[in-house]
Amino acid sequence: MYERIREKLGILADAAKYDVSCSSSGSNRKNENKGIGDSEGTGICHTYTEDGRCVSLLKILLTNHCIYDCAFCVSRRSNDIKRAAFTVEEVVELTMNFYRRNYIEGLFLSSGIFKDADYTMERLVRIVKKLRQEERFNGYIHLKTIPGASDELLREAGMYADRMSINLEMPTETGLKLLAPEKSHAEVKKPLKYIQNNITQFESEKALIKSVPKFVPAGQSTQIVVGATPESDKEILYTANAFYQNFSLKRVYYSGYIPISNDVRLPVIGSQPPLIRENRLYQADWLMRFYGFKVQEILNDIHPNLEADVDPKLSWALRNLDQFPIDINTADYFMILRVPGIGVSSALKIVQARKFNRLYESHLRKLGIAFRKARHFIRYADSPVQLKEYEAGHIKGLILSESKSKYQKNPLNQLSLF
Amino acid sequence: MELYIFDGSLEGLLTAVFECYQRKSQAVKLVSEALHVPDVFDPGYRVISDREKGKRVWKGLCKKLGKEWQFRFYKAFLSEQPEVYQHLFNFARYVIDHPAGVCENFAQPDVLAISQTAQKVHREKHRMEAFVRFQKTGDGIYYAHIEPDFDVLPLLTEHFQNRYADQRWIIYDLKRKYGLYYDLEKTEEIELDAAPQMSVTNALPSGLLDPKEQLYTMLWQDYFKSTNIQARKNTRLHVRHVPRRYWKYLSEKQG
Repeated sequence: MYERIREKLGILADAAKYDVSCSSSGSNRKNENKGIGDSEGTGICHTYTEDGRCVSLLKILLTNHCIYDCAFCVSRRSNDIKRAAFTVEEVVELTMNFYRRNYIEGLFLSSGIFKDADYTMERLVRIVKKLRQEERFNGYIHLKTIPGASDELLREAGMYADRMSINLEMPTETGLKLLAPEKSHAEVKKPLKYIQNNITQFESEKALIKSVPKFVPAGQSTQIVVGATPESDKEILYTANAFYQNFSLKRVYYSGYIPISNDVRLPVIGSQPPLIRENRLYQADWLMRFYGFKVQEILNDIHPNLEADVDPKLSWALRNLDQFPIDINTADYFMILRVPGIGVSSALKIVQARKFNRLYESHLRKLGIAFRKARHFIRYADSPVQLKEYEAGHIKGLILSESKSKYQKNPLNQLSLF
Repeated sequence: MELYIFDGSLEGLLTAVFECYQRKSQAVKLVSEALHVPDVFDPGYRVISDREKGKRVWKGLCKKLGKEWQFRFYKAFLSEQPEVYQHLFNFARYVIDHPAGVCENFAQPDVLAISQTAQKVHREKHRMEAFVRFQKTGDGIYYAHIEPDFDVLPLLTEHFQNRYADQRWIIYDLKRKYGLYYDLEKTEEIELDAAPQMSVTNALPSGLLDPKEQLYTMLWQDYFKSTNIQARKNTRLHVRHVPRRYWKYLSEKQG
């Protein structure tokens, strides 16, 4: 009897793992009814898989039956794999029992499309409704928006979910058409917009009337697959940037394509997933969201791709040496944030500490900045006198020779000859 | 340099601060009873913990420290690190001797040390919120044990009580030999006699468990494997996030 549920979980967790969203933060659902669960504030990563990715939610598909045939997807119609489907009760029971044992923060529920969009969405909604109403579950729920589902169903889903997401998949319409002719970016934008409008409406009503219920309190996200189609990093980040702005997304996830198909349009099975590139895209994404960088500063027509050997912040600084060095003891906070090797929390500490005393090298080292990297771009109370100005290539060489980058010595996407 | 010896409690530490003002001491070296090595030439001054004195110092500190720094002070104390007592003692004097706001001076060694130690304790607290794995017992109590680096149990009460409000649970610290028990109404500190036998692995004896417990442990182990992407294997990253010393209590690492 246990074998059937184990097999289903195996198949449907395996099919869901290519969706990389793992966040369980940003909601504000308190346990007010003496029920179970609480998803207030920061998320929790309960464990990490052997590939180093966080496990926060029980991430499963309701079913991997699908009427679509998207070349990049394991669950595509033409793929000869085992199919399975959970019942509503099975999903609820798994979620509750995992949650009660503190394995997870909540549920991430997606699904292949069986029959049609509304039929699928209706089942997803039934599960989350049961969790919230019958089980009094206040844990985190991330629910997939099924493209083409009716507004009524989306609105109902939004009443129970903390976050909703719908994937762009390919960074450009052309790329998507190449691999999934049945799909389009337009059908992603429509529900994103609809839910965004509802979030705004609920929020403005809540400002007036306290009893207005929650609607997707942790906002929306999307995912872009990287490396399946030939787009440049610029095209990827510009798309992400536009979606952050136009749809107030909380996150854009970048998923390095893992070859799973012999389709000639795609990288062959066994080729290395573009992990460095994916990492650099996330770093650039962070620069846009937390460091006040404009996307055009990071990538533009002259620099359409992120560098593999240095991170995008260092890369930007090296291209803009005329803006450095800056004086740690006087410079503006936002300029300190732009120094390679200084992050948000050390920048804040610097600004606080310098109110009391001028900062010396010894202070900076202890505050936790990457001093060896940062020193080329800053001046402090006891900076050594520097007679000549170094050029970008020289500084980059110095930093690389001192660093223990996990990539540079041993490029993952290149076989070593000896 | 005067030597102060205190009993290792927070109350004792605050009393020491009180007395160093009363006795007009200048430089003071503070050690806890447990770490004190008797010295023939310097018997040291023994601080006797005093509720009232401790309270007065704490009140004084609270006037100058925001909520966040009060909490940091407490967290740093829970680290049980020998050198942290001296930092806390110096920090208290530094705050008392200066106008409010000096706690933001991260260039001051005690401020920085406390902020960094508190951060470590906070990280450990957060890890325990993640790594606790309950097992359901036959009588419906969800039980887990841990061995945190720092004494973080007092910091966990609120989180688990809010989250698991409708189930009884126990979280037991095997290292410090006490635990938290939530009985659907309130959380209390408890001591268990039988706990030491369970120190080897995560598992409680199967006789004590709910009949379905084994199924969910198994499903969780299955899930942990299925959700991994083999092509992205990155052991270094895995171990960085889940350090080996925690593995023995993580059911997914036993399968």
